[in-house]
Amino acid sequence: MRPVRYIRARTVLEAVDAFAQARGNARYIAGGTTLYDLMKLGIERPTCLIDIATLEGADRIDTEGDRLFFGAGALMADVAETRSIVRDYPLLAQSLWKAASQQLRNMATVGGNLLQRTRCPYFRNGAAGVYPCNKRDPGSGCAAIGGLDRSQAVLGVSDACNAVSPGDWPVALTAMNARIELVGLDGARTVSIDDFYQLPGSTPHIEFAMAPGEIVTGITIPKTDAGRRSTYHKIRDRESYAFALASAAVALSMDGDEVRQAHVALGGVATRPWRASETEALLQGQTLTYERALDAARASFNGARPGAHNKFKIELGARTVADAIMIAARGTNHVA
Amino acid sequence: MSEQRHQGVVTFTRREVLEAGAVASFAGVTSSSAADAAAPARQAEHGITQRLSTRINGTAMALEIDARASLLDMLRERLGMMGTKKGCDHGQCGACTVHVDGRRVASCLTLAAKVDGREVTTIEGISDGKTLHPMQQAFIDHDALQCGYCTPGQIMAAIACVREGHASSREQIREYMSGNICRCGAYIGIVNAIEQAARQTERT
Ligand SMILES: Cc1cc2nc3c(=O)[nH]c(=O)nc-3n(C[C@H](O)[C@H](O)[C@H](O)COP(=O)(O)OP(=O)(O)OC[C@H]3O[C@@H](n4cnc5c(N)ncnc54)[C@H](O)[C@@H]3O)c2cc1C
Ligand code: FES
Ligand code: FES
Repeated sequence: MRPVRYIRARTVLEAVDAFAQARGNARYIAGGTTLYDLMKLGIERPTCLIDIATLEGADRIDTEGDRLFFGAGALMADVAETRSIVRDYPLLAQSLWKAASQQLRNMATVGGNLLQRTRCPYFRNGAAGVYPCNKRDPGSGCAAIGGLDRSQAVLGVSDACNAVSPGDWPVALTAMNARIELVGLDGARTVSIDDFYQLPGSTPHIEFAMAPGEIVTGITIPKTDAGRRSTYHKIRDRESYAFALASAAVALSMDGDEVRQAHVALGGVATRPWRASETEALLQGQTLTYERALDAARASFNGARPGAHNKFKIELGARTVADAIMIAARGTNHVA
Repeated sequence: MSEQRHQGVVTFTRREVLEAGAVASFAGVTSSSAADAAAPARQAEHGITQRLSTRINGTAMALEIDARASLLDMLRERLGMMGTKKGCDHGQCGACTVHVDGRRVASCLTLAAKVDGREVTTIEGISDGKTLHPMQQAFIDHDALQCGYCTPGQIMAAIACVREGHASSREQIREYMSGNICRCGAYIGIVNAIEQAARQTERT
């Protein structure tokens, strides 16, 4: 690991200023559970770390007004246990407590979570440079395409990259139409979560619509009664403490038995948090049965492009979505 | 900010730190990947010194550390506290679990610099003199270990698990202890031990 300088910022402006002063080799560090891990692997090589976990008020959680607000510095564990979130938006709480471990959730922030990097084994095998990876080393090629691709994406893949977007929380935020608040040297702006995440295309190293040095300050979600009928359903190789093979975030607004509006997003199967627009459209106005839910779920996988070892994700993904729809419709509000 | 940067410079006045700074800025102006490929035998790079004040198991400490160090390496290599174990060094196994300000964290992914001004508790700090912590006793009572390598991390995680209120059922214990892997597979004993200790804590 390279020698690194460590700075603590107290305000957002101080942090942005320190980033500008460091001229390109600085990284913000929140919990460090992605960044420090990648530094140990030799994939991130900053010479300056600017600690933003110490920013005043960065961990604010506000569920009072007409929207939910989560400060970027709020810990995953704290958001997961916020009473009104557990009660009114189970999909948000579940997407957090079903991620990582309690140790990591006590360190990791909900802002840093948006910016975690893929767990693609070829990307992470970076230090020795044995495998080419267009994310790690743009233009070098992709060893995962045609390689061991069991864990890779089937939706949103390009000829340059099929790495899965690993996060759970960003999937739930996509279903909830979240907006991301950012501050940079040029001032503040907000961006919808749909516009925040980029498809790999021919530039898989560009994952987020962010300018260098910009800081995520918070996440907002418009309040909706669909939160009460929601779930984050996550299927893994083991019961807990693993990334998703397939996951679905579902929230439903119902008129009696009829779906007024469905919010559906997918994880574990796509190169970015994936809005299941086809499923959402097919569910609207329907009276739910498992068969209808499964048909609607399958529609979102019509464009899937599997490789040699991950074709199972199409069927698994569709069934995960269908199960999630039925769980959400019951309006169960169950936390382990 | 400028004041803080100024303080930073004042901290880095030792000779080895100046040398390290020179190496770092040299690395900064060369194209790093090309330089790495061309020079397989890279020179060790001295770290940049970071001052740190913390309390570890109740004892106040002021230290100068390499700013890159993990809390785990600081505990083991610098302070000789070998109770906290290194399994994976990447947040994947839980062997390195300690408490920072009372909350369990993976010390391998905690930058040591981050515990400045905070309180760290390790496995060495939980017994009351010769009297074991109830969780330690419960692990013995239930044979909750075989080789013992994961045990300090399991116990630190388990104490926090009970304190958080995440030990109300076997299912919940399993879910909230999933961050601690046991290669020997002593899981049944571990869950039994935590159930016992949780009941004891309720009574006291
Ligand atoms: C073993 C393991 C298992 C895991 N399992 C899961 C899982 O099942 N599901 C899941 O979703 N995640 C999982 N994770 C990932 C974990 O949730 C993320 O690493 C974590 O959320 C990142 O947050 P952080 O605060 O630690 O970010 P950091 O590591 O501090 O930062 C991550 C990146 O974001 C940048 N950054 C951080 N905060 C900001 C900000 N406010 N503004 C601008 N830039 C910022 C940093 O510069 C860095 O590039 C796992 C991680 C590990 C190590
Ligand atoms: S050594 Fe820290 S989690 Fe494995
Ligand atoms: S007792 Fe051997 S790893 Fe757990």
